[in-house]
Amino acid sequence: MNLEPLTSVAKKAAQKKADNTEPMPPETRPVHDGAKLEGMEPAAAPGPEIASRPRWDEVSVSQITPKMRAEGLHASFGSSEVIKGISLPIAEKLVTAIIGPSGCGKSTFLRCLNRMHEVVSGATTKGKVLLDSQDIYDRDVDPVRVRGRVGMVFQKPNPFPTMSIRDNVLAGLRLNGVKLKDPDGQVEKALRAVALWDEVKDRLAKAGTSLSGGQQQRLCIARALALEPEVLLMDEPCSALDPIATARVEELIHELRETYTIVIVTHNMQQAARVANFTAFFYLGQLVEYNRTQVIFTRPKEQRTEDYITGRFG
Amino acid sequence: MAFLDIDMADRRHTDREYENELAQVRERILLMGARVEEMMTASRKCFVERNADLAKATIRNDHQIDTLEIEIDELCLQVLARRQPVASDLRFITATLKLVTDLERIGDLCVNMCERVQELCEDPTYPTQGPIPRIGEAAQAMLHDALDAFVAGDATKAEQVVDRDNVVDAYYAQLFPELVAHMMSDPTVVFRSTRMLSIGKYIERIADHATNIGELVVFMVRGLDVRHTGPASNNPTA
Repeated sequence: MNLEPLTSVAKKAAQKKADNTEPMPPETRPVHDGAKLEGMEPAAAPGPEIASRPRWDEVSVSQITPKMRAEGLHASFGSSEVIKGISLPIAEKLVTAIIGPSGCGKSTFLRCLNRMHEVVSGATTKGKVLLDSQDIYDRDVDPVRVRGRVGMVFQKPNPFPTMSIRDNVLAGLRLNGVKLKDPDGQVEKALRAVALWDEVKDRLAKAGTSLSGGQQQRLCIARALALEPEVLLMDEPCSALDPIATARVEELIHELRETYTIVIVTHNMQQAARVANFTAFFYLGQLVEYNRTQVIFTRPKEQRTEDYITGRFG
Repeated sequence: MAFLDIDMADRRHTDREYENELAQVRERILLMGARVEEMMTASRKCFVERNADLAKATIRNDHQIDTLEIEIDELCLQVLARRQPVASDLRFITATLKLVTDLERIGDLCVNMCERVQELCEDPTYPTQGPIPRIGEAAQAMLHDALDAFVAGDATKAEQVVDRDNVVDAYYAQLFPELVAHMMSDPTVVFRSTRMLSIGKYIERIADHATNIGELVVFMVRGLDVRHTGPASNNPTA
């Protein structure tokens, strides 16, 4: 047997080690390859569905497919300007959260997205808000029609006190003059969408206000959904709810994301971190930073965002 | 101390209690880092001085590092549970949780070094000069600079530490064939040469842990993960 001398083996080992210290390009990072492990079935290849649509957490702000887009939006109450030129794309069928300290204009911004801002006397807006590339502030656009396509849920659950659960769900449709073809079916569909159907199906004639706070808020969401909007705006939807009811609403937001574009304003940063795909930070009527939620809460680029979310503000 | 100073003075949390909790984590980490550095200095010293007593005393000190590891882990868990830290605070806490593991492992490797020195002292003619003190010095300098970079929040310095791992690896690659050749020419040195080879390996591992700390500092400061991308200087994202 012709054995290689030990020193030469050692030299080769040293050489091999030196070769291995060559920098590895990032694309060749070692990845777990299930197929190569002995005695294991090869991992299933990702289906075309997964490959065709990028995961939401891999979509950057510049790649957003916008359902709505604010362009140079200004909003004032009389002489006081509260939104000072904000441009923001809102991603289709994803959740966008708006965070910021009180008075930063986040609720006003939300109300500009379905022309609710102008309802207040003395309130004015400037700039554009595009919904599917049409400016909702165009002269020939009917604000009532806009509010049908862009629904809203408010901070406090506000079911109509004199109406039954059933009538509450249908109220939006009736107010908009929609002819009801299958009211029972529409009620069930809306209540199922908010996971309230099983809880209330036996007492649809009872007053909406007889429900618990969390149920009332889900009823209000059902009322908004009955109109089959494309966008759902939520202004602090959980601030009046306990943690269990909050969790139900957040779970609902996750489900609704499949069908609707959602914009949520929240004071609760953990909530934004939990439910939103994109997060915008507003300060003094301006957009400071807009990015994937994951980036905002782990490595924000702006010092003001960092200071606000870590609690080093003011 | 720039990073600490910024957090401590200029960018205080509005919540004083939270600020104190983070300060406590920092303070404990500094203490643990100092203890580990002391242990490494002592381990190198007992090799060079053929000092079995110092080796024994150093081994006994390891429990202090273990205690600090548990204490810091507990503090980090408290902050995570009670404060739900985000952004730089989150990166600081998660980096700390990993950093203590690296420091604790360095402590264990120092214990291993001391155990081999105790064995070597049975053959007190072993050479105290040569490649081992050189690797030891290089690895300790890496550890020192990695901890400095952590304290100062200095990502550039941390990247330099990551790059220097190659130097220690090269020293170790040199040591190995040297000792093998030595053992082949003289079978009476096999006992001590295998011990010295182990010590060389422990030191090389310590440098790897120092490299990990450097990578954690880059992550903590810049929010970028530079692990498994080769030397930091070749990393386009750094």
